[in-house]
Amino acid sequence: MSRKTLIPIGPYHPLQEEPELFKLFCDGEIVRDIKWETGYNHRSIEKLSESKTYDQVFFLVERICGICSTSHPFAFANAVEEIAGIEITDRAKYIRSIIGELERLHSHLLWVGLAGHFLGYNTVFMWAWKYREPVLDLFEMITGNRNSYAMFKVGGVRRDIENSKIPVIRKVLSDARKKIDLLAGAVMDDPVIHARTKGVGVLTRQDIIDYAAVGPTARASGVPIDIRKDDPYAAYPLVNWKVITAEGGDVFAKAEVRLLEMYESVSIIEQCLDGLEKVREGDITVKVNEIPEGIGAGRAEAPRGEVFHFVVSDGSNSPARHKIRAPSYVNIATFKKSCIGQTIADATISLAAVDPCYCCTERMAAAYDVSSGKRLLNANDLIALSLKRTEEIRKSGAGHE
Amino acid sequence: MAVNLFYFFIFPGLIFAAVTGALLSWFDRKISARVQFRKGPPLLQPFYDFFKLLLVKETILPRYGSTFIFILAPLLAVFGAAMAGVFILLPLFNINTGFRGDMLVIFYLLTLPSFSYIIGSLASGNPLAAVGGSREMKLIISYELTFILFIAAIIMKSGQHFDLRTVIETQQAGTPFIGSISGVLLFVVGVFCAQAKLAMVPFDMPEAEAELSEGIFIEYSGPPYAMIKLAKYIMLFILPAFIVALLMNGMRPGIGILWFVLKILGVVLLLVLIKNTNPRLKIKQASGFFFIWMNLLVVIAVVLTAFGL
Repeated sequence: MSRKTLIPIGPYHPLQEEPELFKLFCDGEIVRDIKWETGYNHRSIEKLSESKTYDQVFFLVERICGICSTSHPFAFANAVEEIAGIEITDRAKYIRSIIGELERLHSHLLWVGLAGHFLGYNTVFMWAWKYREPVLDLFEMITGNRNSYAMFKVGGVRRDIENSKIPVIRKVLSDARKKIDLLAGAVMDDPVIHARTKGVGVLTRQDIIDYAAVGPTARASGVPIDIRKDDPYAAYPLVNWKVITAEGGDVFAKAEVRLLEMYESVSIIEQCLDGLEKVREGDITVKVNEIPEGIGAGRAEAPRGEVFHFVVSDGSNSPARHKIRAPSYVNIATFKKSCIGQTIADATISLAAVDPCYCCTERMAAAYDVSSGKRLLNANDLIALSLKRTEEIRKSGAGHE
Repeated sequence: MAVNLFYFFIFPGLIFAAVTGALLSWFDRKISARVQFRKGPPLLQPFYDFFKLLLVKETILPRYGSTFIFILAPLLAVFGAAMAGVFILLPLFNINTGFRGDMLVIFYLLTLPSFSYIIGSLASGNPLAAVGGSREMKLIISYELTFILFIAAIIMKSGQHFDLRTVIETQQAGTPFIGSISGVLLFVVGVFCAQAKLAMVPFDMPEAEAELSEGIFIEYSGPPYAMIKLAKYIMLFILPAFIVALLMNGMRPGIGILWFVLKILGVVLLLVLIKNTNPRLKIKQASGFFFIWMNLLVVIAVVLTAFGL
């Protein structure tokens, strides 16, 4: 085997806004193998969740991810409502969908900007983020926060969207549509962007099925997987919309899917606003007395794909077990297919194209001895291991591989 | 001797070219900011950047590199850029007529900064810098042929004169070279070569912030990085000045100085707009762009020149 150069992307690197480490094993500029290490961001969310009441867990899961901060409460609400068998009011459904779709809008705009930045196209970066700003202002008007909206609770939502605010929201949406037109034109018609993104980081239909990828990553390869259609929740069955797919499977197709999804989001929000006008104002919660014993699975389509929350309730006021799976967890694995054989320049944009979110993804597994039931490797063991490793690295003279 | 040192260090060499280049760098950043709906930095920001690096920031040397070459490279870059500045600006300002064949000397000196970035990056022992260095090498191989053909075409247009002053005087006596079809083609080629020499988007793959996190310059800090900034400021002034001298009849005294400034600003504006309306190319695409399209353009320009167009 020939000697390969290790090109590190991370732990701190301008390509990704979060700490993670991609090791690209390169032969010249060609990536021959890729390995990644996460775990820089582990916050033990699942364990924390077991010590919080159901109402508090919403605030906790909202902080799993800053960008898709509504998708986690969304999935958690779906899970808990499945346990308790709660059917929320129509108004709450519409409001939940509006928040979810506004979030998709701002998240996709954010991605388009970042993708532009990764390609060295800083003008697109700044323009996309400027256009994202009115969406965040809209969030502030509706929920009081530009991020982490604190809108969800078991049995409904915390705040109503008053009918008097609907015209303002419509105005922002029609402006946003014009701006998406502009941005889509700038991205889809630029020959140099075509040259940089077409045929780059291709994931075939079979790759998507093999790696169980979700969200825009899967839809860009022609797999029409979307939880909003496949397992309808909130107001999505009540409005008329379609799942966007593209055929290429490359970075360009992923951009195309996201840009077109923004139009769908705007259309869904507008229909939800129509729905809001028809139902009685203020009717946003149903009373929930207790969460009975049982298990519930909740799914929601985050901007990056399916978010899955699994909750076990023992009848107390906090979850007995709470399992979270974020979309990046499966999407990151596709890098094995999309990056190997590409040049470094292509591999980096392929890494960014699935819009990975590492802090959503980071989970820890604990090992137990089967015969004795004793936990292997507790916290003290791990600290001792880490100290030992640090000492080894120090002796061998820095961490050069 | 003293006057030569004055030429090199003060005017029109190091200090004058660097100050003008820093102001042009402010212009670049301000225009980029306005294109991107930002406010942009204050006028003296490039000077703040430079003096902060030079006086405040510490120098961190790579443990696994060759320290001597690592430190030498930025100085070599500044020397090359300032020297090229002297040879371009003296005939341009009509202070000194230069000598026969100075165009070729300028061609070599303009390569020196890129060359020293390569040896500096390879001496730093960083894998990202090594990739950046190899990309810079490929980029130089791509555009240097086009650039020498560009200079050759100018020499042909001026009637086989190898010195810059005569080229400028030929234009001032007749029409500027850009006033012909071949001149327009040469201007396009010259602007793209300058873009690549300045490592601006779409040809910034040696630095490629999002891929290699500044690539060739990743290990530089403090005063050595200040020297690289200085070389970049000088290049940002002398390359547009060189294009103006070769194609747009240089500078006349009096009110001509104002025209000269406007011409320089125009060329820099064009470079900045290209930078802000394109994503970065891959190194292979950049090579193809220069080897096929730019060489084709420059050969057409040479043929047209032969027919007097």
